Amino acid sequence: MEPKRIEAPLTDEVVMSLKAGDNVLINGVIYTARDAAHKKLVELMDKGEPLPIDLQGQFIYYVGPTPEKPGNAIGSAGPTTSGRMDAYTPKMLEQGMKACIGKGLRNQTVRDALIKYKGLYLAAVGGAGALLSKRITKSEVVAYPELGPEAIRRLEVKDFPATVINDAYGNDLYVEGAKEYAR
Amino acid sequence: MRELAASTISENVAEMCQEANFYLGEDVFDALKKSLETEESPTGKEVLKQLIENVEIARSEQIPICQDTGFAVFFVEWGQEVHLTGSTLEEAMHAGVRKGYEEGYLRKSIVDDPLYERKNTGDNTPAVIYTDIVPGDKVKIAFAPKGGGSENMSAIKMLKPSDGEEGVVDFVVNHVKAAGPNPCPPIVVGIGIGGTFDKVAVNAKKALFRKLGEPHPDETFAALEKKILDKINDLGVGPQGFGGRTFALAVHIETFPSHIASMAAAVNINCHACRHLERTI
Repeated sequence: MEPKRIEAPLTDEVVMSLKAGDNVLINGVIYTARDAAHKKLVELMDKGEPLPIDLQGQFIYYVGPTPEKPGNAIGSAGPTTSGRMDAYTPKMLEQGMKACIGKGLRNQTVRDALIKYKGLYLAAVGGAGALLSKRITKSEVVAYPELGPEAIRRLEVKDFPATVINDAYGNDLYVEGAKEYAR
Repeated sequence: MRELAASTISENVAEMCQEANFYLGEDVFDALKKSLETEESPTGKEVLKQLIENVEIARSEQIPICQDTGFAVFFVEWGQEVHLTGSTLEEAMHAGVRKGYEEGYLRKSIVDDPLYERKNTGDNTPAVIYTDIVPGDKVKIAFAPKGGGSENMSAIKMLKPSDGEEGVVDFVVNHVKAAGPNPCPPIVVGIGIGGTFDKVAVNAKKALFRKLGEPHPDETFAALEKKILDKINDLGVGPQGFGGRTFALAVHIETFPSHIASMAAAVNINCHACRHLERTI
């Protein structure tokens, strides 16, 4: 099946048009955050303080890239394991985040929150960091530079490939895909 | 006695850190290409194509294959007729890691205090170094940058001798099934059997250093490797867990004699970026 081109940030209409197993190519602006940045964002939410980035409609990409070589927009930039962000994801969705990109299993609480807030969980190909870096045309650190590879970055992406794992209807590609090929 | 300068060790280690992260070994690359021929799932094939293209981009542009450039793990076989001059082995190797990770634009992924502060050491040290003293006047260094995502999917179990082959197979297959898409399949599965609690874990790690396509030298264990590999692939998890026939590229077993009361087993998983290389100095 041909991948669908979608724009970031996302609208509810686009979220609801996508199903688990769909391949997409993302274009536009997305933000990065992994363990340490999530912890800081959720601490701010709990205190009711403003966040360093506006989450409305946004994609959050779970990545800690390698340092960029001179002349490159970014270093190797594949997804990290998403399960470590499970504790923070429902709050991120509540604050307006529409989709997250990582790799690996999400817990039931996250899957339920995706239905409740009309969100998507997508996977990029884990370990394809060199290839994915070529789809990122610009990168700048916008918050928490002291976290090094865990800082929040604003990325401009062009045809960034990802696959919908959990959609807003409760479907799960990890469950359905394995069923089809198990013997 | 052969004299060997610490700087020679450091230089070699620095080069190895970069080489392993930019150039996936032919053994693993061949296994990926071969799996593209046998994979049945269209989505699985698409993933494998991306992985092959990724390896090619990394090689041609010297970009790390994966952004997780790993914990630096070394197995050193030190010939007992070699005398190291200039610093200790540990210092020499750490100097190499520091240089290799800095100059190669590799990610520094190590934090000092594992529980509270978790502050990045800034140079990817310390490394994990295992040293064996062996006969001769050569030094063999094997290196693997070990990714955290796949390392987190490791397990150890003190089985009973009566659990037998079935006990080992069930433990490994159930564990790998639960790990599912997390360790970035297609994976390489390292298994240790026998020894103590600590020894079996080291052997599971050591199993990941073996070249793909080289079965265990003992026929019985080679057959067990094949049996476990088939069972893992029959789970249908496939590349990246999207469904398919290629969940694992290889299963490697390392054994050690066991206490009469014990049968330890350990699983250590590597992702498809199974980076490992060795040099003899």
